[in-house]
Amino acid sequence: MTDHDHDHHHDHSELSELELRVRALETVLTEKGYVEPAALDAIIQAYETKIGPHNGAQVVAKAWTDPAFKKALLDDASKAVGTLGHVGRTGDHLVAVENTPQRHNMVVCTLCSCYPWEMLGLPPVWYKAAPYRTRAVKDPRGVLADFGISLPKETEIRVWDSTAETRFLVLPMRPAGTEGWSEQQLADLVTRDSMIGTGFPKTPGAPS
Amino acid sequence: MDQTAARKATTEVPSIPCDAEGPVFREPWEAQAFAMALTLHDRGVFTWPEWAAALAAEIKRAQAAGDPDTGETYYRHWLNTLEGLVAAKGVSTRETLLRYRDAWDHAADRTPHGQPIVLRPDDFR
Repeated sequence: MTDHDHDHHHDHSELSELELRVRALETVLTEKGYVEPAALDAIIQAYETKIGPHNGAQVVAKAWTDPAFKKALLDDASKAVGTLGHVGRTGDHLVAVENTPQRHNMVVCTLCSCYPWEMLGLPPVWYKAAPYRTRAVKDPRGVLADFGISLPKETEIRVWDSTAETRFLVLPMRPAGTEGWSEQQLADLVTRDSMIGTGFPKTPGAPS
Repeated sequence: MDQTAARKATTEVPSIPCDAEGPVFREPWEAQAFAMALTLHDRGVFTWPEWAAALAAEIKRAQAAGDPDTGETYYRHWLNTLEGLVAAKGVSTRETLLRYRDAWDHAADRTPHGQPIVLRPDDFR
């Protein structure tokens, strides 16, 4: 993309009319001392599992149980997710990246429209922090260690930095011991962090 | 402020979309608008009965203007109410809110995709 490319949806950020008004209110109220952004974040964070349709876990569970869907998902995630019918506006330029024993995927992006919140719910506070993005690129193993994740030395870690128009969804590895499980049972194991690549799905039988 | 404050809000303003555990939101900005109302209430800017009356009036206006009232627009009405009460209570003016809205629009325009959008003084033109 060049500086002369003014294709408006691709080269700069977009905020919807409602987002603009919300940001305006928040800025004004903050400047006047009525609200503190950190306190607002804390309230919002309490609802992080209550925002958006959260269909990412369903998508992952379906990919675990349906090889044809999994192939379609890895080929063209937007299209594959679109076939599920319950996804609303999810899926624009969505790319699914598969974790394997050889390769672990991890996604970074400062908060902008490229975070697929429709699938994942609200991004965690740390995800928005500049240090996460910087360190994730330089020292992914160190960042994962902070999250309590350690991977075998031979596993390659691939960090995906959202570029213009692309949003990433990590397809985590299906946990062992879930043979014969239903999609719904499997979906309950899929955590947000496992779809960003900073966590694993829950282990069957472990207390949630 | 904790979940108790939010629970109280859902009792005082029973129209807030909820599941068994509490409020639910379709998009992140809805939760932001909810959190701001909660905070302003906490600061004593308005009472919940006042809020509920203003919101009801807002919804009635929207319905009269043809809002389908399917629940999808609930937080639009919420945001209108918030802006209205902020102006009515002298916290800010509609003009100021509009100026900041335009500044954020400008900030988004000049921010490359993928970068955090931050407001700068020169966004106010």
